[in-house]
Amino acid sequence: MSIFDYERPGTLAEASEALRRDDAVALAGGTDLLVAIRHRAISPLAVVDLKSVAEIDDDIIRDGDRLTIGGGVVMSRLVHDEHVNRCFPALAAAASVVGSVQVRNRATLAGNLCNASPAADTAPPLLAFASSVTISDGDASRTVPVAAFFLGPGVTVLERGEVVQSIEVPIPRSNSGSAFARVTRRRGVDLATVSLACVVDASGHVRFGLGAVGPTPLVAESTVDELASDDGIDRFLAVTSPITDVRAGADYRRAMLRVHTRRALQAALGEMETAS
Amino acid sequence: MTREQTITVTVNAVRHAITVPTSMTLLEMVRSRLGLTGSKECCSVGECGACTMILGDEPVNSCLILAVEADGTSVITIEGIGAAGMSPLQKSFVEAGAVQCGFCIPGMVVAATALLERVADPTLDEVQEALSGNLCRCGGYSRICSAVQRAATPEATDV
Repeated sequence: MSIFDYERPGTLAEASEALRRDDAVALAGGTDLLVAIRHRAISPLAVVDLKSVAEIDDDIIRDGDRLTIGGGVVMSRLVHDEHVNRCFPALAAAASVVGSVQVRNRATLAGNLCNASPAADTAPPLLAFASSVTISDGDASRTVPVAAFFLGPGVTVLERGEVVQSIEVPIPRSNSGSAFARVTRRRGVDLATVSLACVVDASGHVRFGLGAVGPTPLVAESTVDELASDDGIDRFLAVTSPITDVRAGADYRRAMLRVHTRRALQAALGEMETAS
Repeated sequence: MTREQTITVTVNAVRHAITVPTSMTLLEMVRSRLGLTGSKECCSVGECGACTMILGDEPVNSCLILAVEADGTSVITIEGIGAAGMSPLQKSFVEAGAVQCGFCIPGMVVAATALLERVADPTLDEVQEALSGNLCRCGGYSRICSAVQRAATPEATDV
C-alpha cells in the first residue's frame, strides 16, 4: 500500500482539522477505503481514523419519534438491534446482506453512505424511511436528508473537514410496512445488480429507495393504486436510468426493477397487515 | 512523523509492543513481524476470508485492518486455536475429510470457531451464513459445513 500518515483524533474538532489537510481521507470500518488504497484508486497522504472520536458513538438510541444511529455503528449491530428490527426491518435486512460476516463486523452504516456507491445496500431503506444525516465540521453541524446527500458516484455533499456524526431515522407514526429486495449474481460477498426498499402506509402512500439503477441511490414516491398497473409502474420507474456493466445489462435491470417493485410492495403491504 | 507507530496488541494471549509502518495491515504484521503464518493472504480485498482473525469477539478480515488500528486490542489467530492440541472443531475437520488443498482452512476454522462461540448448535443455514465470507477454491463446502455441525453435535450423522 502507498505510504500515508495515520491519525486517530479523540474529538470531532481534531478530526475535522486533520481532514482539512490536502489528500486526507476518513477511515471508519476500512472495508471500502483500504481496498481503494490497495488498488491505487486513491493515494491519500493522511488517513484519519474516526473510531476514537468521542462525539461519534457506536450506539443506536431511540430518541422520541426517531432512532439515532451513531456514526460508528457497524452493520452487525444493525442486524441484531431490537429497535431496528422492530421499526425498520428493511434496514436490518439490507445490513444483513452487506459483504460477509467479517465485513459486517467492521463496515459502518455511515461509511456505506459516505462511500456513495450507487449500489450501497443500506441506501435504499434509509431513503425509503426518509432518513437524514447529521454532518459536523467540528464546530457547526447541519442535517441533510439522505435523499439530498448523494451528488454522484462516490460524491456526497460532505465538504472538506466534514464528517457524518449520526444517521436519524424517523419512526413511522401510522401503521406501515416495509420490505427490502436485492438481486445479486451470488448470495454472499457481491454488489447489488438491483436493490430496492419499499415503505407503504395505511393511506396507500408508497416511498421507494432504489439502488444500482442510477448514478446515485434514488428515491421515488407513488401510491398503491398507481402501482397497480403496468403503466403506473413504468411512470414510477421513469426516474431510473440503469446502465449496462459487469453485473447486468440495462434491460435486465429494468425488468428486475418492475418485478421487484411489485414484489416488494406486496411484501410491505403484507407486513403492514401482520403488524396491524 | 506519523508514518511509523508503536502499538501494543495482544495476539493469542501474548502482549506485543511493536513498531509498524502505518500502511501495514494487521495480517502483514502478524505474518511478517510475529512469524505467525497460519493466516493467509489471498484476495487482499475482503472477499476470500483466508486472513480471518478474531478481533475482540468478532471475526474480521485482517487484510482490511491496519495494524495501527489494532492498537490496544486483543486478537486470536489460527495459531491461538487449539494451541494445546487440536480443538474439537479442528478434529472434526479432520474426521469429516473437510480439508483438501488446505489454503482456506485456517480462515474457515477461525470463522467457524467464532460462530460456535456465539451459537452452540448452529443450523446448516447459520453455518453457511457464517462461512459465506470464506471461499474454498477446491469447492469443499459440503464437508466443511458438516465438520462444523459435527463439532457442535458430535453424535450427528457422518458425511
